[in-house]
Amino acid sequence: MSEGARHANSRPQGSRIDPYFDQYAERARGMVASEIRALFAVTARPEIVSLAGGSPYVTALPLDVVGNMVGQLITERGSVALQYCTAQGDTGLREKICEVMSLEGIRAHPDDVVVTVGSQQALDLITRIFVDPGDVVLAEAPSYVGALGSFAAYQAEVVHVAMDDNGLIPEALEQAIQRLTAAGRRIKFLYTVPNYQNPAGVTLAAERRPRILEICQAAGLLIIEDNPYGLLGFDGDPIRALRADDPKGVVYLGTFSKTFAPGVRVGWAAAPPAIRDKLVLAAESAVLCHSSFSQLVVREYLATQPWREQVKDFREIYRQRRDALLDALSAQMPDGCRWTTPAGGFYVWLQLPEGINSKAMLPRAVSSRVAYVPGTGFYADGDGTDHLRLSYCFPPPDRIREGVRRLASVIEAEIDLCTTFGAMPPHGRAGPETPGPGDL
Amino acid sequence: MTELDHVVVLAGGLSPERDVSLRSGRRVRDALEEAGVDARIADADAALIPALLADPPTAIFPAIHGSYGEDGAIREILALVGVPYVGSVASACHGAFDKPTAKARVAAVGIATPESVTLPREIFHDLGATAVIDRIIARLGLPLFVKPARGGSSLGASPVRTAAELPTAIVSCFAYGDTALIERLIDGTEIAVSVVDLGDGPQALPAVEIVPAAGQYDYTARYTAGQTAFYIPARLPDDALDAAAKAAASAHSALGLRDISRTDLIVSESGEIYFLEVNVSPGMTETSTLPMALDAAGHAFGTACLTLLRLAAARGN
Repeated sequence: MSEGARHANSRPQGSRIDPYFDQYAERARGMVASEIRALFAVTARPEIVSLAGGSPYVTALPLDVVGNMVGQLITERGSVALQYCTAQGDTGLREKICEVMSLEGIRAHPDDVVVTVGSQQALDLITRIFVDPGDVVLAEAPSYVGALGSFAAYQAEVVHVAMDDNGLIPEALEQAIQRLTAAGRRIKFLYTVPNYQNPAGVTLAAERRPRILEICQAAGLLIIEDNPYGLLGFDGDPIRALRADDPKGVVYLGTFSKTFAPGVRVGWAAAPPAIRDKLVLAAESAVLCHSSFSQLVVREYLATQPWREQVKDFREIYRQRRDALLDALSAQMPDGCRWTTPAGGFYVWLQLPEGINSKAMLPRAVSSRVAYVPGTGFYADGDGTDHLRLSYCFPPPDRIREGVRRLASVIEAEIDLCTTFGAMPPHGRAGPETPGPGDL
Repeated sequence: MTELDHVVVLAGGLSPERDVSLRSGRRVRDALEEAGVDARIADADAALIPALLADPPTAIFPAIHGSYGEDGAIREILALVGVPYVGSVASACHGAFDKPTAKARVAAVGIATPESVTLPREIFHDLGATAVIDRIIARLGLPLFVKPARGGSSLGASPVRTAAELPTAIVSCFAYGDTALIERLIDGTEIAVSVVDLGDGPQALPAVEIVPAAGQYDYTARYTAGQTAFYIPARLPDDALDAAAKAAASAHSALGLRDISRTDLIVSESGEIYFLEVNVSPGMTETSTLPMALDAAGHAFGTACLTLLRLAAARGN
């Protein structure tokens, strides 16, 4: 090394690169780079069969028709579509949203509805107005990773409630409420995805629904009913929403991400009046107002396009892909694996043979050109190591079959490793492993 | 010096280091554009060769990390296509990327490296993990450091302080590769010494001392700004800094490397310098040590990248 080089900076000075590192809020402490996120960067490549992402198959939309519709919208009503609007959202769209919700038995007035940036923002706003640090939120075990992210951002303590193949178990809910109440804990709400749940794929049985409402009513507990997949059931009519039977005790979250397109980022909350008022104020402080353009695109789509027929097309596509996944799993998964059979939605929840850790296995899977989401991402308490989520919504059936073939081989190799070394506890530092938006 | 028409920064790839590589590539591209060069990023995919043949760049700056970014494969391709590139030739990359091979070659020129064993996954299966692990500990003692024999960014790497931790560390390592390098962990000052040849022969840049807040320089500590403190030059006596610079330059030379490399070293509490590994496609991200060292040595990052590309173009393929 030259002398000049060495002495160019002769006084050793420590640098942490980020001069504001000590000034971040406590809740930003966990926002760090992680190996899992790095692996998900690879899964976007076409060489990888990604059974991880929950991206809807928007290619099935009549994109030319939508394109013409959007062009016409701008030409004819651009001065509205490109202008600010109210924080509650476009009135015409809210009327249409009420029509959509009526398919699930909900009778709502447009005044009950707040338009949001996907239902994810509704989750954020709900948590913002209800949760103080340390408050308890009840959620299914496992639960939607995006919801857990919102709850963590507001420093809620998530207590998971057991599910089985028929969804949330009423007795487990009752016991959790009793236990937490006895311990003096403040439970702010129950968060549930009752239909074709993300990640478990299960649906809350009809006979359990009145009991769940009854338990929450008795405890004075608000229910947040997140229903992104409600219209994507493969059999029969849409399932009656919880809010249909208790509009005062249930906030319903909906989205057009699955029935139309996630790129428009339009969702909504239907809430009791007092909660709605706070949501509107919270939305106003968060974003002033939502995208007029996106709202009018959705409104126009619902008003002028055969959207119910499009949803039927989506259902048929997803049914075929679910069948391809289930058939491939039955044919190829090693002994000891078990999985759910979803009647709609996007996901299968797979349990690995004893001792196999899905998070530890992910690098090997990605090396073998297949990806999934490790189960731990769906728990706030580190549980879920022996599970993984498989998504069938995006890859076509032949890619799904190839992905399962690769995954089966990876699991078999992992079983061999486990046999060699014995079951291993998770290794490495704890850290966030939330997948990116496309993986939700 | 050769004028550059347009250049390509290779970034991405399919290894677990893809995200890091993309960040490295974007930083190199931005620095080159600031220096007035038409620089474009290209991924290592099926579109690469046709694109290079259709519109050959004056030179290529490879910023792909991990397998085939650093094992020589992509350089073989660049040689086949006939485009000049920055960095070491494929055969040198082969030896450098394989950590046990690199350790042996560096040790052969008198640089200390922690005692180690290299074992494939099958050996644990065939001979029994317990028996093999017992012999490892009996031979090397504790503490240990386990990492994949081929790979980077600390993926699959972990320290082992107790015997009970070793099986888990080996299993974690096998998630990223089928061969484990298990070496004695040397407590001391962790430093990275980059070597750059900007036309006057390989020069060691100031040593960067690495002090991770959580104690371990793992993936999170490497790529989260604020999680690690860097000291330039390292807080070591002058003779230790000199020795570290010589070790890095010797490693660069012994492995037949060209243009650019980064050697990771540990300076033990008694002052002895140990070679850990060398990187032929060092990270170029905001938290990477080579750009910091260039800056400390008075070299603007973009200018240095530009010089390396011009030298590569002049050299030809």
